[in-house]
Amino acid sequence: MNKFVFIILFFLVFLSGCSDSNIWGWYVIDPSTKSGWNNIQFLLGGFTSTIQLSIIAAIMSIALGLIIALPGMTDNYFLKSINRVYVEFVRAIPLLPMLFWVFYGLPVIFKSLGINIGIDAFWGAVLTLAISDSAFTAEIFRGGIQSIHRGQTEASQTIGLNYYQTMRYVVLPQALRRILPPLANQFIYIVKMSAFASVIGMQELTRRANEIVVTEYRPLEIYTLLIFEYLILVLIISFFVRWLERKMGSNESLNS
Amino acid sequence: MNKAIEMKDVSKWFGDFKVLNKINLEIKQGEKVVVCGPSGSGKSTLVRCINRLEVHQAGVIKVIGNKLSNDKKTNYEINSKIGMVFQQFNLFPHLSVLDNLTLGPTKVLGLSKNEATKKAMKLLERVKIPEQVNKKPHQLSGGQQQRVAIARSLCMDPKIMLFDEPTSALDPEMISEVLDVIIDLANDGMTMVVVTHEMGFAKKVADRMIFMDEGQIVEQGRPVNFFTKPKTKRCKKFLNQILQH
Repeated sequence: MNKFVFIILFFLVFLSGCSDSNIWGWYVIDPSTKSGWNNIQFLLGGFTSTIQLSIIAAIMSIALGLIIALPGMTDNYFLKSINRVYVEFVRAIPLLPMLFWVFYGLPVIFKSLGINIGIDAFWGAVLTLAISDSAFTAEIFRGGIQSIHRGQTEASQTIGLNYYQTMRYVVLPQALRRILPPLANQFIYIVKMSAFASVIGMQELTRRANEIVVTEYRPLEIYTLLIFEYLILVLIISFFVRWLERKMGSNESLNS
Repeated sequence: MNKAIEMKDVSKWFGDFKVLNKINLEIKQGEKVVVCGPSGSGKSTLVRCINRLEVHQAGVIKVIGNKLSNDKKTNYEINSKIGMVFQQFNLFPHLSVLDNLTLGPTKVLGLSKNEATKKAMKLLERVKIPEQVNKKPHQLSGGQQQRVAIARSLCMDPKIMLFDEPTSALDPEMISEVLDVIIDLANDGMTMVVVTHEMGFAKKVADRMIFMDEGQIVEQGRPVNFFTKPKTKRCKKFLNQILQH
């Protein structure tokens, strides 16, 4: 944890070094004044949606990734193709265009099909992040599962376990330990990319920062704060994942 | 006596390479067969075809009267009647010794956790390592791991046991503790197919010796005749080489 504190202190010292040139106007977020306090409350209020958005998108991405990864590892050509096409196609779409497509385009399709589902900014962002990230998660799962020695599946087969049981009790528990670090990376990626949701009007951290900047004309201070907000989020995730890795024994070798 | 395993004209290719060339083999229930031969002769593949870890491309294999086919359900059923012990043990590293043993019985045979644990303890005593029950595989020696692997197979009440070079990955001083367990099992009347180069062990337990070369069964017979007066040149040469030391 000391390292994290050090990083934050480093940035603070670095930034305060510029203070003599009168470029800073921290009053916009000075908690001792009424308007400063209001601004801070408004900015920090974005945490809720950013966190909600990221967690739901991550869970969906992991579930979707696993569902996409499994057909990619069968001997069936058709199933394999589904996996390849999905991964290559989704991986190739930049996040912002996909967000526009999901938010503005998908409802049109729904309407033409007679389905009455509106997509609000929150679910538009969740869907986009989940789908976009699932292609990467699928590849992580595939790598993790394929890294489990073939002898493990063979041994499972000889004691009569079927495909599902082999995955559930033998392969996935071992694979999960190995893919925890790259999965955590993807989660951090989702948290950061959730900033794009501001473009379609979702009131998360970045959107709120933008709104205050427009009214207060203080981009430097507010975006600086914004950066620290993301930094803190990501550091908390890192810390949590390290703890989880230790608990699950990802760092210990399982090979006999 | 009933036939445990029947193979008729079984062939298999790895790409262009013919690993098994028209194998014909019948193994009776309770019979102990030891398979030997130079590396690449197809002996492992032969054994792995019996429980369908490898899929044969021509011929017919019947196990306890059931013909092996692409039907997954019957294969799972047949598989749970055939135990297999691998050269590399293949224990589940994330599970304790006990959980390694109870996984099959609870998930496949439908035993309760309690019943499975009782059964597992009984078998761990049989392979003489009941005290290791709560350890993880990587905390055990190679010999102990292989004995756990044998116990794991036995937990499924197999009718047939296959051993694919069970002692080849072991340090010399651990070989006998594993062989002792296998001999004990043989004396119990289990049908066994063992791929091994431990000829002393083979003399002791085998009802029949099989010598394979280039995907074919070149010679087979009772151990007495097999070791003292091999009929074929290739077999003679092979025996000379491995019995030299």
